[in-house]
Amino acid sequence: MTKPITRLLIANRGEIARRILRSAHEMGLGSVAVFADPDANEPFVREADQAVALRGTTSAETYLDAGKILEAARRTGADAIHPGYGFLAENADFARAVGEAGLIWVGPPAAAIAEMGDKLSAKRRMQAAGVPTLPAVELKPGADAKRAAREIGFPVLVKAAAGGGGKGMRVVESEADLADAVESARREAGSSFGDDTVFLERWLSSSRHVEIQILGDSHGNLVHCFERECSIQRRHQKIIEEAPSPAVSPELREQMGEAAASAGRAIGYTSAGTVEFLLQGEDFWFLEVNTRLQVEHPVTEAITGLDLVREQLRVAQGEKLGFAQADLSIDGHAIEARLYAEDPERDFLPATGHILAWQPSTTTGARFDSGVETGSEVGIAFDPMLAKVIVHAPTRREAALRLARVLETTRVQGLVTNRDFLVATLRTPEFLAGDTTTDFIERVGPARRRLPARAELAEAAVLVALAAQCDRRAAARVLPTLPTGWRNTPMPREQVGFRSGDEELTVHYRSRRDGGFDAEIDGIDHDVRVGERTADGLSLEIDGRRIFATLTRDGDRWLVHGPAGDLELLQLPRFPAPGGEGDTGGLRAPMPGKVLSTHVSAGDSVEAGQLLLVLEAMKMEHRITAPRDAEVVELRVAEGDQVANGELLVVLSGDEPEGEG
Amino acid sequence: MLPLTSNVDTRSEGFRKNREDMLEMLTEIESLLDEAAEGGGEEARDRLAKRGKLPIRERIGHLLDRDTPFLEISPLAAWNSNYTIGSGFVLGIGVISGTECLILGHDPSVRAGAFNEFNQKKLMRGLEIARENRLPYVQCVESAGADLRGGGGTGDPEAALKRESGHFAESGRLFYEITELSKLRIPTISLVFGSSTAGGAYQPGMSDYNIFIKKQSKVFLGGPPLVKMATGEDADDESLGGAEMHTQISGLGDYLAEDELDGIRICREVVAHLNWRKYGPGPTLPADEPVLDPEELLGLVSRDLRSPLDMRDVIGRVVDGSRFEEFKPLYGPTLLCGWASVHGYPIGILGNNGALFSESSEKAAQFIQLSNQIDVPLLFLHNITGYIVGTDFEQGGITKNGSKMINAVANSTVPHISVIVGASYGAGNYGMSGRAYGTRFTFIWPTAKIAVMGPKQMAGVMSIVGRGAAARRGLEFDEEADAKRAAGVEYWGERRSLGLHATARVSDDGMIDPRDTRNVIAMALSACHTQVVEGAKAYGTWRM
Repeated sequence: MTKPITRLLIANRGEIARRILRSAHEMGLGSVAVFADPDANEPFVREADQAVALRGTTSAETYLDAGKILEAARRTGADAIHPGYGFLAENADFARAVGEAGLIWVGPPAAAIAEMGDKLSAKRRMQAAGVPTLPAVELKPGADAKRAAREIGFPVLVKAAAGGGGKGMRVVESEADLADAVESARREAGSSFGDDTVFLERWLSSSRHVEIQILGDSHGNLVHCFERECSIQRRHQKIIEEAPSPAVSPELREQMGEAAASAGRAIGYTSAGTVEFLLQGEDFWFLEVNTRLQVEHPVTEAITGLDLVREQLRVAQGEKLGFAQADLSIDGHAIEARLYAEDPERDFLPATGHILAWQPSTTTGARFDSGVETGSEVGIAFDPMLAKVIVHAPTRREAALRLARVLETTRVQGLVTNRDFLVATLRTPEFLAGDTTTDFIERVGPARRRLPARAELAEAAVLVALAAQCDRRAAARVLPTLPTGWRNTPMPREQVGFRSGDEELTVHYRSRRDGGFDAEIDGIDHDVRVGERTADGLSLEIDGRRIFATLTRDGDRWLVHGPAGDLELLQLPRFPAPGGEGDTGGLRAPMPGKVLSTHVSAGDSVEAGQLLLVLEAMKMEHRITAPRDAEVVELRVAEGDQVANGELLVVLSGDEPEGEG
Repeated sequence: MLPLTSNVDTRSEGFRKNREDMLEMLTEIESLLDEAAEGGGEEARDRLAKRGKLPIRERIGHLLDRDTPFLEISPLAAWNSNYTIGSGFVLGIGVISGTECLILGHDPSVRAGAFNEFNQKKLMRGLEIARENRLPYVQCVESAGADLRGGGGTGDPEAALKRESGHFAESGRLFYEITELSKLRIPTISLVFGSSTAGGAYQPGMSDYNIFIKKQSKVFLGGPPLVKMATGEDADDESLGGAEMHTQISGLGDYLAEDELDGIRICREVVAHLNWRKYGPGPTLPADEPVLDPEELLGLVSRDLRSPLDMRDVIGRVVDGSRFEEFKPLYGPTLLCGWASVHGYPIGILGNNGALFSESSEKAAQFIQLSNQIDVPLLFLHNITGYIVGTDFEQGGITKNGSKMINAVANSTVPHISVIVGASYGAGNYGMSGRAYGTRFTFIWPTAKIAVMGPKQMAGVMSIVGRGAAARRGLEFDEEADAKRAAGVEYWGERRSLGLHATARVSDDGMIDPRDTRNVIAMALSACHTQVVEGAKAYGTWRM
């Protein structure tokens, strides 16, 4: 009863679309991509055999529109749909509609999705199967949240019944914050998943997130592929995942694996799925089942040697699993880090912008599952994950150190990322010791940004100044063959100013008769010899040390990828604009988004920390609060307004708004 | 075209000695250039810096496009005079907004940028370069006007009066020249950095574009003291000639800058809009470096000019790829003629390899005509003691044939560039397109000597003439007095023939490091190619 797939439509985008394409192509299947307007030039669209425009810019208009996706499948003759993760992956109605359209659904049966998709019903099912669960109470509209919370005991987690990815999740420490948290979780859940049901669950602040990968076929075979630990999280979203978990003994592994597998068998689960648990010591509690391929599936692939997408496709075609539980074993250790466009220094706020330079590290072996390339734009409509970087090594320590090195030597420039933070996290003694819990970031506090040393900046400034010099000489219209900066009498040196963060740097240089340069920065003289200026970089000797750096110029921005990693220099104008720029006061939008609600009006007196307005961006809510006690001079936006990054929102007394515009 | 091979033995004692001497002279010149760059000295510069004023060389540095070359003209003007070395003005050719310009800067640290006989000559030379080569003229003005002290302000005023050969009535030609540039459609731009009084006021007055700097530029025919003396009016300098007044009320100023850097930025924008296109064909040949090492130029010429020099050894270390196509190598061999290129610009080269004879003079006249026929500029490499003398040669028509060469040189219309590497004596200097022959640019090596004849010959001639006069009058010839006089003539002749003496008097465009010859020539050629490069169609009557 096998039903072969000939052409697979991938109802997703970015890295996961590429990941699925890779397995489909390796299996000799045809492929169809679908895409939203902002994604039209992204690599996954090009790499598919065919691509269909979904027309629209938001998720709802595109990747969540079941009708458009089914129509795309019909038009291209696709006979199967893989939903990836997120979007329609855990939408039982869509899974059903796919089947009704005569297409193969690459995923578990719609009934299993429906049953597991609702976290509350899933919990009940697990309780019945004897798996421990945490106390939880559903909040029906109008229910008394305070009473429910008291019943469970603080801290409580407010959680959306549908969905995942940390959206619609709030930890509440005390009663005072409960009402606000429930309200905003409902709003976020409603806008993300179309279902605003939330529930309260006991929150274990210092536990580990451990999950079991299961895989079943339609012939009644179901195995587990061991555990993954995903305790390193921010905003309830995983950023570093590994397999196996350093906290899981072989006995515990068997216990948890069996609990997950029997739960899967109980509901007739097929395809890939994940059963999530919280682990504290040897005790574990069921959290939820994800009825799809997980973002972090590559670490399991690394240690088991399986291709989980291939297995999904085989199962979807009606084939039997080619192995039994006893055939699976763990080889070494794998760690994945998720590289995001986000600002760790601003509470991991998603960032937008163009990727001006993207070059995966070539220093050592690593798997890059990325959806981007140089020139890609990261907008507000979709998840700002740029890539997953996975390393596989004989030991956990080697894997961690190698991943840190790979991340450090990867070039990703033009927008703010969490790369430095990931590197710092991987290198903390706590992480290396396997002391990983879900409160790791607050507890250990890894550095959120790498601040390049002054000497490193100085070296980069010299390099950039001389690269710019090469470029100017190459572009010279008159006297192009004369030696650079040639003089027959004493004249002042060339002078170039840069800024990096808060640091200013001034390079002075002068060419010598022997073709070298005398360069000076921070009062230190350097003997510099310029090597080759290639299209993408410059090689240079500074005091006899050979350096090569890759360079990208974007207007006055110089993106330098040198021996110590990435850094950015802003070249200061040679002639400052007359008058200078007046610094504008007031509160500005931290990112592009939409004003959800405003809570003050002009003339109000506000206290420090008081909520002024709520902004929604990237499907997340951002509370704009008063930085100090003040009076509201002007509220510049109204509910429903779209605001651009940096747009002035509120002017408080003491701010000086002139110069705006 | 084949590359030249070297005739130089770099291990020989002569070469080593020459090189040592040359490096010693270059060290001396370097310290003179450093002194010139100091301008009016640290104290004067500190005083200006306190008022937010940049030193003149920094002003010019900011004006120039980054990393572009800058050729300073006559940097050692006024050396060994009553005036500050450098003369208080900086003059050069540099690239502003992609356009080669003639840049003149008053150094306010030297007598408040006032005029003197040396910097006036330098300024006039600058205007000439701008006119002949069609270079936009940019002046950084800050001038107190005429130096009222006269005579450099030192010594006995009577002696100064007796020494003075110029007169006020002859002055002011510079304003004529500035407006003439404008008439020739060569833009003139004044960037006024400070007070520009009296004569100084006409510098912006005559310019096409004027940029004034707020609270800094002050332009008036008469400053408050002169106004007080003339009319009794008490005037404050801002309303009398401030930047804001001139840009808002009088209209003398076109652009008002916030500060010096802003003024420089505006000046660069003005040049950027000039839509400047060079009229010459520009470089057309490969611009590869010479095969022979230019460092070896240091050891070619002896300080006393006695050791022989094969000019091919200079050419091979200056021209592209050391390539030189020699014309008539077997005829009149004391003058080398041939074609080559420098930084891609084709040139015809005339170089001395001995005295000028009839054959070499005729060869030169022919070569100059041929280069004019094909619009190729000429480079003259001087090491010439003069035209040959003697009965045989006079009878052979050396004066007649030398005149042909001078006729060709004088009437040739392709650009001429002269580099004096050794001697340049007497009519030889004229034949080799000396300063008075409309040469576009003249540069000299530290070994250069320029005079009517060699100092020894001069002393000897004087002695012979004296002896003859004594004999005619039947007087006894005083050998002792003659020896004394001869020594004096030789000393005086030697000092006056020194390159430094010439360059201090702005009778060339500057003394250069021999290793820079190639780049200096290229900058000069590029300037020449901003103007039309076209050969002569007519000459004076050839004396046959």
